Amino acid sequence: MGLAGTINGALRRVPAWPVYVLGMLPAPWFLYLGLTGGLGVEPIEALEHRLGVTALQFLVAGLAVTPLRRLTGINLIRYRRALGLVAFFHLSLHLATWLFLDLQSWQLIWADIVKRPYITVGMAGFVLLVPLALTSNSLSLRRLGPVRWRRLHRLTYPAVLLGAIHYVMLVKGWQIEPLVYLAAILALLSLRIRLPRRRVAV
Amino acid sequence: MAGRWRNTLNWSDVTPEAAYLSRRQIMAGAGALALGGLAGQARAAEGGLEPNTFEEITSYCNFYEFGTGKEDPKRNAGALTVDPWSVKIDGLVDKPGTYDLADILEGVSLEERIYRLRCVEAWSMVIPWVGFELADLLDRVGVQPGAKYVAFETLFRPEEMPGQRAPILDWPYVEGLRLDEAMHPLTIMATGLYGQDMPKQNGAPIRLVVPWKYGFKSIKSVVRISLTETEPPTTWNKASAREYGFYSNVNPQVDHPRWSQATERRIGAGLFSKRQPTLMFNGYDEVADLYAGMDLKKFF
Repeated sequence: MGLAGTINGALRRVPAWPVYVLGMLPAPWFLYLGLTGGLGVEPIEALEHRLGVTALQFLVAGLAVTPLRRLTGINLIRYRRALGLVAFFHLSLHLATWLFLDLQSWQLIWADIVKRPYITVGMAGFVLLVPLALTSNSLSLRRLGPVRWRRLHRLTYPAVLLGAIHYVMLVKGWQIEPLVYLAAILALLSLRIRLPRRRVAV
Repeated sequence: MAGRWRNTLNWSDVTPEAAYLSRRQIMAGAGALALGGLAGQARAAEGGLEPNTFEEITSYCNFYEFGTGKEDPKRNAGALTVDPWSVKIDGLVDKPGTYDLADILEGVSLEERIYRLRCVEAWSMVIPWVGFELADLLDRVGVQPGAKYVAFETLFRPEEMPGQRAPILDWPYVEGLRLDEAMHPLTIMATGLYGQDMPKQNGAPIRLVVPWKYGFKSIKSVVRISLTETEPPTTWNKASAREYGFYSNVNPQVDHPRWSQATERRIGAGLFSKRQPTLMFNGYDEVADLYAGMDLKKFF
C-alpha cells in the first residue's frame, strides 16, 4: 500500500475544481484552432471529431476509476463526477457542432437520426447520459438515495459502449483508432463483470 | 478516336477581375501550364465554382496507402519513388507491354481540366487537373473487340507506402470502369494539378480522374491497366459490397447505407459554411446516356 498510499495522501490536498477547469479547456482550444485554420481545411468535421473523441476519452477515464482503485489502491473517486461532467460537456458541444455547424437543417437532422444507424446509436448514448448529468449533484444523490442513484448511474456502461460503437460505425472501413477505444471500453466493462465474483470467492 | 470534350469551366470563368489580370500577366510570361505559383490566388466567387487552393487539395486526401487520416498522405507520401515509373498495359489489347511513363506522355497532349470532385464521404472540391483523355491511350494500344471493361491497379510497395503494412484494405488497390465509361471524353489520366507535376499525396505520377463518380473510383498511382471481358473486382466493393457499388456514380437519390448523399460540404468553405445540394452525376449530365435504361438504384 506504499505507493498508492503516498499518491492518495498527496491527492487529499487536491480539490476537484481543477479537473473541471483543465478538463474544459480542450473545447475553446479546438474552437480557436477551427477559427484560425489550425484544424485543417475541413474544420467542421475536425471540430466534430475532436470534441467527440475528447468526450470518449473522459468517459473512458471515468470508467477506469473503480478498476484502478481495486487493482492498485489509488483512489480517484473524488474526481469521477468531474470526469463525467467534463465528458458530457464535450459531448454536448459535439452534438451542437453536428446540429448547428454540420447539418444546419432540422429536416436533415431528423432524417439522419432515424435512418443512419451510427447516428441512432450515438444519439441513444447521449440520451442515456442526460439523466446522469442532471442527477450528478449532491442534492439528487440525497433525494434518490445511494442505492437508486448508483443503479441509475449504471447507465454509463451502455452509454459509453454505444459511444464507442458509434465511432467504429462512422468511419470508412475498419480503422484502428476506434477499435482501440472499443477494446479499452470492453476491457474496463469486463473487469466490472468479474470483480464482484472475486469478492465472493474471498 | 473519342470525341473531344469541351470544357465549360476555365480560369476566366471563375476568377474575379483583379486576380484575373495578374494571372494573365503571369501566364503570358510562363506559358499555359506554368500555373503553379497561382495556388494561393486561385479563388473566385462567380458562378460558385472556384478551384480549391493548392494547399487544400494537397493536405486533405484519402489515400489509405499512406494512412487513413486525411493529413496522413501529405505527411507520409514523401518517400514514394515516382521516377522511374512504368505502367503495364495488358489483357485484350493489340499492343500489350510495360510502358515507361515518358513513353506514354510522348503520345498525348496534356491539357487542363477543372473538375468537381465529390467524395463518397459527402465532401467536395474543385480541382484544376492536368492530364489527357484515357481514350487516347487506349486507342494507341488498340482495344480488341472482346474487351468490355478496363481494370486499374495501384502500386503495391509497403516499404514506401506505410498504410499497406496493415490489412485495412485488400492491397493492392484495384478499380474498374466499363469500356464506354473509360472511353468517355470526360475520363482522363491526370499527371498533375495546378500546372505542376502530380503531388505524391494526390496519386503521383499518374492517376485516373472520373469526375461523375465518387472519388474512390479515381484510382491513384496507377501501375497497371488491363482490358477485360468481365467486370473486374474493385477494392471498396470487396470491402463492403452493400455500401460501394461497381458504378458508384454520384447520385443524390441513392444514399450510402450509413449517411445521406443528398448534400455535400465544399472543402475550404470554413467553420460556418452551409452544405450544398449534390448534383446528379456530380453535375456532368452529358454522361447520362451511358446509363440509359439502367436502374441506378440497383446499379449504384
